[in-house]
Amino acid sequence: MNRLRRRVREQEPSMRMELIQPFINSADAVLAQGLESPVSIENLTMDEEAYRRKGIAAEVCLTGDIEGRIIFDADEKAAKSFARHLAGAEAPGADDLAREAVCELANQIIGNAVTVLNDQGFHFRVHPPTLLASEQGSKSSEDTEAVVLCLSTQSGSVFMNVALRYHHRMMEAATAAR
Amino acid sequence: MEKFAPVKRSGDGQPVRYLIVDDSVFARKNLAQMVETFGGQVAGEAGDGVAAISEYERLTPDIVLMDITMPQMEGIEAAEQIVRKHPGARIVMVSSVGYQENIVAALQRGARHFVQKPVKPEVLYEVIKYVMRDEQAAAQSAGAGA
Repeated sequence: MNRLRRRVREQEPSMRMELIQPFINSADAVLAQGLESPVSIENLTMDEEAYRRKGIAAEVCLTGDIEGRIIFDADEKAAKSFARHLAGAEAPGADDLAREAVCELANQIIGNAVTVLNDQGFHFRVHPPTLLASEQGSKSSEDTEAVVLCLSTQSGSVFMNVALRYHHRMMEAATAAR
Repeated sequence: MEKFAPVKRSGDGQPVRYLIVDDSVFARKNLAQMVETFGGQVAGEAGDGVAAISEYERLTPDIVLMDITMPQMEGIEAAEQIVRKHPGARIVMVSSVGYQENIVAALQRGARHFVQKPVKPEVLYEVIKYVMRDEQAAAQSAGAGA
């Protein structure tokens, strides 16, 4: 994990690791608990391009001291497997359930991460997850690159695309404090 | 899923009736399965705060399991409106966003307890037993006074 932290710091000083780390920890914990199997972080990269959906994806927006969006994306096989596992059985309407499972996992991972950030003194509002229907998601903003995290689970791969920045008020306060 | 001793209403021994409020169908299904393992009965479901208020009026459940982040009306506001009209309402907030401010706001506005998602059945079970204790105490004191 330290190696990953160093890579992010070296590559993108504006996206502070303190914002990203809670999402990594939360994804690891929520997926491992929900799937009752270990999860490993396969890759962590930076992305300046508009997000390209890989499977079933949900987006959660944050507003407040920290602003931006997080996309949680699971390939279709993994999403259906999550739904089966979390629902405890094969259910009719598996496609709908898979979409619901992705939204709920996004909600839990992001909710747990923002709980940590809030306890560190950041205040913001979490908006309900929305499914990304288009192939291409919104581009991260001009001053915020996204961190793309790939996690490997027994059910398949999941991706998190985290594009966050401090709100200008926070930046001004930090500058004034220097 | 783990086996739990059924939690019953102490007044009449009937199953505890739940209203489950969450914008995620998946989360509602998951909670419904859990409360059934506690011997409970799902009286109804709602997908947002506005529907939760009307469903509470219609069903008068024993316990409401209420998400916080929802479209139209968030769970804390819905809880406040329900408790203002029904001071005895037992509302347990169930949310992935478990920071201090949210918990305090929910409790100040009338929620009885808070459970963070992902929900562990054994945690929810203990909370349900705790929240239903007031009904047991009331029934016992009524019995003692009879």
